Amino acid sequence: MTQTTSTITPDSTAAGPLVDLDVVDATLREALQAGGEWAELFAEDRSSTGVLFDEGRVEEMNSGRDRGVGIRVTAGEVTGYAHTSDMTPEGLADAARTAAAVATRSQGGGKVEMESFRGAGMAESRVEVLPTAVGADRKVALLRAADEAARSTHEAITQVTARCADSRRRILVANSHGICAADDQVRTLFSVSCVASGDGGLQTGRETVGYTVGWELFDDCDPADLAQRAAQRAVTKLAARPAPSGEVPVVIARGGGGVLFHEACGHGLEADLVRKGASVFRDRVGSQVAAEGVTLVDDGTMGPEWGALRIDDEGHPTQRNVLISDGVLSDYMWDWLRSRDDGRAPSGNGRRQSYTHLPMVRMTNTFVTNGDIDPDDIIADTPTGVYVAQLGGGQVNTATGDFVFGMTEAYLIEDGKITEPLREGNLIGNGPQVLLDIDALGNDFAMGHPGTCGKDGQGVPVGDGQPTLRVRALTVGGTAA
Amino acid sequence: MNERRQHDTDELARLAQQVCERAAGNEQIEVCVSTGRSTTVRAYNGEVESLRSGVTAAIGVRVLDGGRQGFASAGSLDPDVVADTLEAARRNVAFGEPDPHQRLAEPDGVEPPGLDLGDPAVLSVPDSRKIAAAIDLERRCLDADPRISGVRVAAWSDGWSQSALASSTGICVQASTGSCSIGAQPLATDGDETQIGYAGDAARRPDQLDVDRVVTESTESATGQLGATKPPSEHLTVVLAPSVAAAFIGVVASVLAADSVLKGRSPFADRVGSVIADERLNLVDDPTDPATLGATNFDGEGLAARRNALISVGVLDGFLHNAYTARRSDTASTGSAVRGTRSVPGVGIHAPVISTGDIANDKLNASIGDGVLVRGVSGLHSGVNPTSGDFSVGAWGHRIAGGELAEPFREATIASTLQRMLLGICGIGATAEPLAGGLSMPPLVVADVALSGV
Repeated sequence: MTQTTSTITPDSTAAGPLVDLDVVDATLREALQAGGEWAELFAEDRSSTGVLFDEGRVEEMNSGRDRGVGIRVTAGEVTGYAHTSDMTPEGLADAARTAAAVATRSQGGGKVEMESFRGAGMAESRVEVLPTAVGADRKVALLRAADEAARSTHEAITQVTARCADSRRRILVANSHGICAADDQVRTLFSVSCVASGDGGLQTGRETVGYTVGWELFDDCDPADLAQRAAQRAVTKLAARPAPSGEVPVVIARGGGGVLFHEACGHGLEADLVRKGASVFRDRVGSQVAAEGVTLVDDGTMGPEWGALRIDDEGHPTQRNVLISDGVLSDYMWDWLRSRDDGRAPSGNGRRQSYTHLPMVRMTNTFVTNGDIDPDDIIADTPTGVYVAQLGGGQVNTATGDFVFGMTEAYLIEDGKITEPLREGNLIGNGPQVLLDIDALGNDFAMGHPGTCGKDGQGVPVGDGQPTLRVRALTVGGTAA
Repeated sequence: MNERRQHDTDELARLAQQVCERAAGNEQIEVCVSTGRSTTVRAYNGEVESLRSGVTAAIGVRVLDGGRQGFASAGSLDPDVVADTLEAARRNVAFGEPDPHQRLAEPDGVEPPGLDLGDPAVLSVPDSRKIAAAIDLERRCLDADPRISGVRVAAWSDGWSQSALASSTGICVQASTGSCSIGAQPLATDGDETQIGYAGDAARRPDQLDVDRVVTESTESATGQLGATKPPSEHLTVVLAPSVAAAFIGVVASVLAADSVLKGRSPFADRVGSVIADERLNLVDDPTDPATLGATNFDGEGLAARRNALISVGVLDGFLHNAYTARRSDTASTGSAVRGTRSVPGVGIHAPVISTGDIANDKLNASIGDGVLVRGVSGLHSGVNPTSGDFSVGAWGHRIAGGELAEPFREATIASTLQRMLLGICGIGATAEPLAGGLSMPPLVVADVALSGV
């Protein structure tokens, strides 16, 4: 067994680039040997820890470490990709040759513009307290406080699970066109889920808070408060009646339904889907696609939000992209490959789950901006309908815009007032139609819970948000006759 | 250790055992190690769009001490990483809190089924044939129906993995497994309307992939939705197509895992021996049938995989257990530990099988008179609450009128509870139809389900 020197810095807290820049240069040159036009090296070093508190005790503490490199080579429309956890110069050269093997069609091949990235390739974490610097006892104390707070909320609470998780992801991206950029992404998450038992069976309530920050998350977030909210949600649902079945007006609470826009139109505005004719929004730029007053933004620069990034996974700075402006479709989201084909700049939306994955167009933080109506007036102006305090996950058929998402907390609206809680059910609708059917937009914008967006088998962290708003008619998938 | 050099499973087993031998005092150590290689080819417009390949390695170390558990994992088998991972698991165990039932699995004397699952056929497929398979799949989808206007994804994937699991309680098992798969997402267009379909298949050997079925199902799922409208809301009888029945049964199986039962999160706790489903329903987990990709010789803790009856004639036989849930329930593991190298063992089903019924599949529509045939569902992850049993998912398919298939519908949901749906089964097809991965499932008929649309 051959022992060779690893090119990755052994300590993830060290300041050097993830891969020595001379090795980056050599690897990219190797990748273009066979005739590829463009080559990219993506290196990643990810560490994570998690603590699971269940049934009143620490059930499990875990930690993980992953590091590796993915090499991408393109020639025309063909992309070759190879990934390896062997970070030696020989391992990277092997991966470069494997990636290049399929992308060989151009004459002469591309060149590596190495000079422009000398001195780059490093990034410092912007977080105040790295979670790795926090003792496990402090994490356990927060979890225990959440457990006790949830159980003391109501005697019907029979089970509590609390979890805290943090991750640090250092990346280096370099390509033969001279991009060389790095990022150090730290995320911290805390969640509580409770089970309440009553005569009608079991009900659940969940709360999650997560930001692209370190342990300073808990400067402003009290896990006990979070736990009590989750517990109250479960207890409230014990008295819930079956949700209605059919089309009704739906009011969605601020921050509780950004996933609607993520699913209903966000995915359809991803340029890879548009280009293949798999989006209902193809050829619609400049058209009225939403009600007047509706402005939809995807913003990767958005402070500490869950989907925030300094650069995307192709090395391009993230930015604020206005997708729909006052109801008119203004632009799609772009990665490098799709923007190259369209002769335009990428929008900082090229993302990948890990070094083993090809990047593609992904959202970051996607939200609808404020309207000007008092949210109380929206409810008072709704004679009958459903008030959704919190939506769960969703799914969309991008070709039609048909989507579903779960209501994890919802109430009836009767005579302009929020009344009885409803059991869980899915909402189903059509994205383009819903955008046109927004007939009231509140002035109380808030971001929602941290989410993980899945697309073609890859999951990435995303954020969403919106003010209180009303959709004229959505189908509620309940069971009430 | 240089990962360009492939490990064989004996080497992996030795590595796992060497780490286990470092157990000190009352420590118990379990080590799972694996290496893998994979390729994915996507075709578009008659040529290769992307070819992605890679090699991976992983280790997961679980340390138990005095009923406390710690776990650590890493994506490398370098000796320094292996040592670091053991130390990280040991650090983590210090903060666990004792549970007297939390000990590693002990050898239980049950013989593994002795399946030969490591068919190396996928290793001998050259990249050129993988590319040809993806391009051919795209072309066949385009040729299948004049309304197919494009194919968003036509893909071939394959993988080969080798793994070993050892523990300080004397377990040491190893496995090599290969698989390959194809999948297509065709687009069907009629005027201004575009619909997208999907179908896929997976098998241990390339010659077992059913390309014809994937082409037919994926294109028909796209064209079948053209012209579909939102149906009126009503309670009615639904026929679940085999793929939808499989998704439903998968959800049912998840709530029969003992971990959710023990933690008060299953609607079927305390129901063993009781009727929880219509008497037509017999559900077993059978990982011993080598025809399915769910087949395995060992579970995630190294115990022999075995056939487990879960529901017989509508009566709940019992739950699926790993070593921990079994010890806590004063019973034996059912060999149902499921895990990846990078996670601690949970409890889950390997290969669900239900008995076929007595109505010919092509007579099911006639048997119900009026209702709907559900051909696809969406939002399973968001619309099913496995604790309360509330079930509400997006659905598309066809109406059934006078026993005949009628107009298509979409943008609707079907809703009930798992409890009511199991008791509401009122017909099972006589033939189990093949699904991806060697599984097969008959269509199911369920009465009194809420269809929500207009």
